[in-house]
Parts: sequence; structure tokens; C-alpha cells
Amino acid sequence: MSTLPALLDAVLVVSLVLLGLSALLVVVRLLRGPTGLDRLIALDVLVAEFLCGLVAYAALTGDSSFVPVVVAISLVGFLGSTTVARFVRRGTGR
Amino acid sequence: MSREGRDGGEGRRTPPNTGGILRRAVPLVWLMIVWVLLWGTFSWANVLGGLAIGLLVLVLFPLPAAPGGGWIRPGAALGAAARFVGDLVVSSLQVARQSLQAVTGPPIRSSVIAVRLASSSEFVMAMVTEVLTLVPGSVVIEARPEERTIYAHVLGADDDQAVADFRAQVARLEGDIVAALGRPAAPTVPVGPDTAEESR
Amino acid sequence: MSTPTQSTVELVLDTIGTVAIVLGVLLALVASVGLLSLPDVLSRMHAATKPQVVGLLLIVIGGALHLRTSPDVWMLVLVGAFQLVTAPVTAHVVGRLAHRGEGGVRRDLLYVDELTDRPDEADPGPDDQEDDDEARDEDGSPHRNGAAVGRSRRRRGDGSDGASLDSGE
Repeated sequence: MSTLPALLDAVLVVSLVLLGLSALLVVVRLLRGPTGLDRLIALDVLVAEFLCGLVAYAALTGDSSFVPVVVAISLVGFLGSTTVARFVRRGTGR
Repeated sequence: MSREGRDGGEGRRTPPNTGGILRRAVPLVWLMIVWVLLWGTFSWANVLGGLAIGLLVLVLFPLPAAPGGGWIRPGAALGAAARFVGDLVVSSLQVARQSLQAVTGPPIRSSVIAVRLASSSEFVMAMVTEVLTLVPGSVVIEARPEERTIYAHVLGADDDQAVADFRAQVARLEGDIVAALGRPAAPTVPVGPDTAEESR
Repeated sequence: MSTPTQSTVELVLDTIGTVAIVLGVLLALVASVGLLSLPDVLSRMHAATKPQVVGLLLIVIGGALHLRTSPDVWMLVLVGAFQLVTAPVTAHVVGRLAHRGEGGVRRDLLYVDELTDRPDEADPGPDDQEDDDEARDEDGSPHRNGAAVGRSRRRRGDGSDGASLDSGE
């Protein structure tokens, strides 16, 4: 009975590590491009994974003080990428 | 454009006469609910504060009048929502599989598929577009209300069968949405109010 | 919750919440893989939809189950709703640009392209024909200007302003 909570916590920690790993993969795409739109999408995913990480962290620690941050980012996160999308020119190949 | 200009009837054939006040109260109630949820506790102070802030927001940033039509049918809406969740799960797994396949296998082929909607309502079109874009595996890249046609990029649609399946999926989705909104298929104006105003 | 749970109900809720979070994280991981493995911008966008919609929803559900005693749970509900509303906006804008621009979509990998097959005045740009990327690159500036989508950007030059974003390796 007492081992299960510890196990759940361990699983959550592993999840956070996996999220970090996915963020690294996304950064690879962010650096590689090749077009501006690729980087834009990568940034969007990065933001989403950041949100996921914050929520998972809140779940792990029971500390919900980051939740308002998540609300704010989920509301305005799309504004930046939509704005940038209007100015990204088409990729010039590589 | 102010609400008065939109509701005033010029350029619009279906002004929502009946229940106009009620209809206008809907966004207010939504904003109030959001406010209460943000505070996390239900209290009359929160409800009143939410109403006040909602009113302020709606006065400062008036919404265009919602396109006419009926009220939501709860039963059909629930069914549509359930089907949407099912779609989300299924196509998430599908895209996950395709992502992993693409690591080693040949590049995934896709299609850009045009689907003509049965309904001429722009609102239905917007809902269909929204849902299709939310569901992984399909992204609407172009929507033309004047042709009632949406163009969607569908990942992994590499034969006629998949294209036909996608069209069937959109038709089903549109049926769901129309049923949930509780109105007949094609009641509204052929050209949107915005385009009509711009062209003048 | 890291504090020891008292009842079986709480334990079950914690377990379900953790499972939801793990599923969401796995989706995010696979999506990141897809971001690298899929061939063009439009395809990658499908992968990007997953952590933004399904993954975040799962994780939000899991987080709400964990934080069930706090009033902030309702904020998490709002996060889910906001994400559902805002995520398609970017996807639609990016998808539109990607299909019109060059390099955004590998047309040789399209089984059918019914948007290109039926161009009209609302979809300018001779670049939507079937010629491939290399031919277009040599074509030079008038081509690019014609295919620039935004109304306000037409008069700009030949894409040099986007160089910092576009020119990778």
C-alpha cells in the first residue's frame, strides 16, 4: 500500500525526463529548419511540451502555483506563432 | 463594426429577431463562467464580479452577432462530442504509428482533398474546419465559403479508398454538427456579411 | 500528490491521473519523433497537433486528478478549453502558408492535390503548378512575389527580410 505512491512519483519523474527528451528532439527540428514554418511548428510544440511539463510538475509536487502560468500561456501562446507566420517568407530551399 | 450595424438588417437576411436579448446574454454567461472557473470557487461575489467584467468586455469589444440558428440540442451535442473524442484518440494513434513508420520506412504520402459541404452555413463550415484541424491527421488549409468547399491536407491518404474515407468522415462530422446545432442543413446567406461589407 | 494517500479512492485517482500523464507524455515523445521523421511541413503539422491537443488534454486531466483538492483544478479545465480554441488557429495559418509557399509541401509525395488542381483567383501563385523546387528556385523574384500570400507583404523584396528565419544550414 505504501509503495504505490512512491512508484507513481517515480513514474511521474520518468515522464518529466521523457518530456525533456522530446523537447530535445524538437530543438533539433528547430535548429535544422529548413524553412521558417518548420521552426514555427517546432516552437509551437516546444511551448506545448513546456505546458505539459508544468502540469506534470504540479501533479508530482502537489504545488499548483504554476497553474496560472499555464492558463496564461495556453491563452496567448498561439498569438506569437500566428503573428510570426504572417511574416515568415517561404523557405528558400535550405 | 458595432453590433447595431450587424443586427440592423442591412446586408443580412436572417437577423436573429427572436430571443435577441437571450442570445446576446450567452457570451456574457460564458465569460462569467470563465471568471468563476479562474477563481476556482463558486461564490456570489465571483458570479457578480464575472458578470460585471463580462459586461465590460462585451461593451469594449463587441462581438459580431452570431449567425442565426437554433439552440444547441444537448443530446446530439453530447453524441457529437463523444464522437469527437473517439476521433481524437483513433487519429492520434494513427499519426503516432505513421510518425514511427516514417523513421525507417519510406516517406509518408498525403493528399490535399477538397470536400464540398452540404450546408451553406458559414458557422457549420467554421465548426467543421475547427474540428478537422484539431484532430491529428487532417489540417484544413483552405476554406472557401462561396464554394462551400474546404481543402484539407490528410496525412497518409495515399489511395482512392483513403480519400473516399475522408470524405465520408467529413460528411459524418458535418451531420453531427448540424444535428447538434439543431437546424436544417442550408438556411443562411450565400455570401458572408463580412465579404459583403468589404466589397462595398 | 507526494503525501501518503489515505484512502483507496485517492490512490485510484492518483493512479489514473498518472496513467493519463504518462500517455500524454508518450504522445508528446512520439510527436517529437514525427516532427523529425515526417517529410514536409504539412505532414509535420499533424504530428505537432498531438502534443498541442491530445497530449495536453491528457496531461491536464491527469494533473486535475492529482490536484483534485485545490481550487486551481478549474483553471486546468480552462487550459484544456483554451487550447482547443486556439490550437487550430496556428495550424490553419501555417498550413495555408505551407501549401502556397515552396518547400512547405513535397508535391511528389501528394497522392492527390485538389487545391492545386482547381486554382482560382482566391489562390494566386503560379508556383502551385507541378514544377519542382529546383526549377522554381532559379526562377527568381517575380515568382516569389507572386506567391507571397499576405496582402501587406506583396511589395516587399525577395525574401531577404526572412533570411534569419529561413536560412538554416
